[in-house]
Amino acid sequence: RSCRDVSALVLAREDRRLNWSERLAIRVHFMICKACPRFEQQVRTMRGALDMWRSYRNGEED
Amino acid sequence: MNDVQQQIESFRPMLMRLALLQLRNQAWAEDAVSEAMLAAIEGVGSFSQRSKLQTWVVGILKYKVLDQLRLHQRECAYAATDDDDAIEDAVYVPNGHFRDLPDTWDPPAQALQQSQFLSVLEACMDALPGQLGRVFLMREWLEFDTAEICQELGLSSTNVWQMLSRARLRLRQCLQVNWFNHSTP
Repeated sequence: RSCRDVSALVLAREDRRLNWSERLAIRVHFMICKACPRFEQQVRTMRGALDMWRSYRNGEED
Repeated sequence: MNDVQQQIESFRPMLMRLALLQLRNQAWAEDAVSEAMLAAIEGVGSFSQRSKLQTWVVGILKYKVLDQLRLHQRECAYAATDDDDAIEDAVYVPNGHFRDLPDTWDPPAQALQQSQFLSVLEACMDALPGQLGRVFLMREWLEFDTAEICQELGLSSTNVWQMLSRARLRLRQCLQVNWFNHSTP
């Protein structure tokens, strides 16, 4: 798949469980691509930031 | 007015900020906040102090915000715009490759930097257009799963997944421009 397709799957993984062929597509694509693993790292950073923001706004941490 | 009531009253600006972020409508947000504060003041006897007062009040606000979403569900239609395509075109070239190699993002480590980063993140969420922002905040603040969002807003799961992906792509773009472009040496 193209980077556009694979990065869409990386984003979709935040909101739904991917099926086996989608998970395989990501793994295979990551072997040959330098850009998509970086995109995934950005998505992970956003995940951490959103979790931190939610805790902060819910008053769960000082 | 006793101490606890005063403390609850002091949360009003923060509650208003959160309600507006989720509802994207001043009148709906004011209704949600007023009802939440009234419920908190009336129910303060049942506050068990197992959680912080702010956490308890924000929990009440979430229910009141949801009431507003249900009340105005029919006014919350979403239509994809050319703007959505423009965001994708800014990220990818026509053959599906990235236009630019994505940067490595270093999350902020210092407390002050973290606080500034969260402000930028919130501003980026605020900038998400209407219903896209509502759906994204339902997922990330109200912590609904996609099935619950579909049920509450009367949308298909495909539609919700597409909206969440578009919101995340916009958020990424906004953080890149407003934080990471400035914080890289």
